[in-house]
Amino acid sequence: MKLSRRQAIAVGVGAGIFALMPHQLRAAQEEGVAAFTGGVEPKEGDITLNAPEIAENGNTVPISVDAPGAEEVMVFALGNPSPDVVKFKFGRLAGSHTASTRIRLAKTQNVVAVAKMPDGSFVKTQKEVKVTIGGCGG
Amino acid sequence: MQRVRPRVRVPRTAAAGEVITIKTLISHPMESGQRKDDDGNIIPRRIINRFTCEFNGETVVDVALEPAISTNPYFEFEAKVPESGEFKFTWYDDNGEVYELSKAIEVK
Repeated sequence: MKLSRRQAIAVGVGAGIFALMPHQLRAAQEEGVAAFTGGVEPKEGDITLNAPEIAENGNTVPISVDAPGAEEVMVFALGNPSPDVVKFKFGRLAGSHTASTRIRLAKTQNVVAVAKMPDGSFVKTQKEVKVTIGGCGG
Repeated sequence: MQRVRPRVRVPRTAAAGEVITIKTLISHPMESGQRKDDDGNIIPRRIINRFTCEFNGETVVDVALEPAISTNPYFEFEAKVPESGEFKFTWYDDNGEVYELSKAIEVK
């Protein structure tokens, strides 16, 4: 098959757009995390995220986070229509920097917990949850 | 529509400085704004967007909720009890309503 100059350019541009797409999608997912950290790259550290490996019902998935010493902990579900899930701020009378709740997951995805430490650094952890029935309606 | 009813579980007594576990649940539809009704119209978002727990005016936790929190939001966390006093729980609804509940605890 022979391509005219015009066709060749069209193919090239199309391939370029196609190559950009997954990157843009990832950027949108990371945006929420970046908004929370103010652009600081979170490190691996002392933070635990408990979530089931398999959730039969994505409408109510029990999770708990534990981040000793953290000021704030935010949870993200990267595969949801909107990745922000919940933000815990711990006060002086918090007995521990642990909290549990139940969340919705639209599909199988990574759940990420990011903690803000008093020195301004961030630590994160993530866990994949397999979802059998999605939980965001639609 | 389901009635919004907050519930909390706090021990009645504690030792001074003890760390206790608090469980809270509020019946609420938590309409995510992602669902559509039978006619295909998007059902407007209505969720609890903030929950706080204070003890004698001092913050224990302050939680920001997004639509990804399940129906009937449930929270479990721990609090330090320095003296006798009152836990105050507050839930803020998208529609402007505020639900409050208080529980006293006695230090022996």
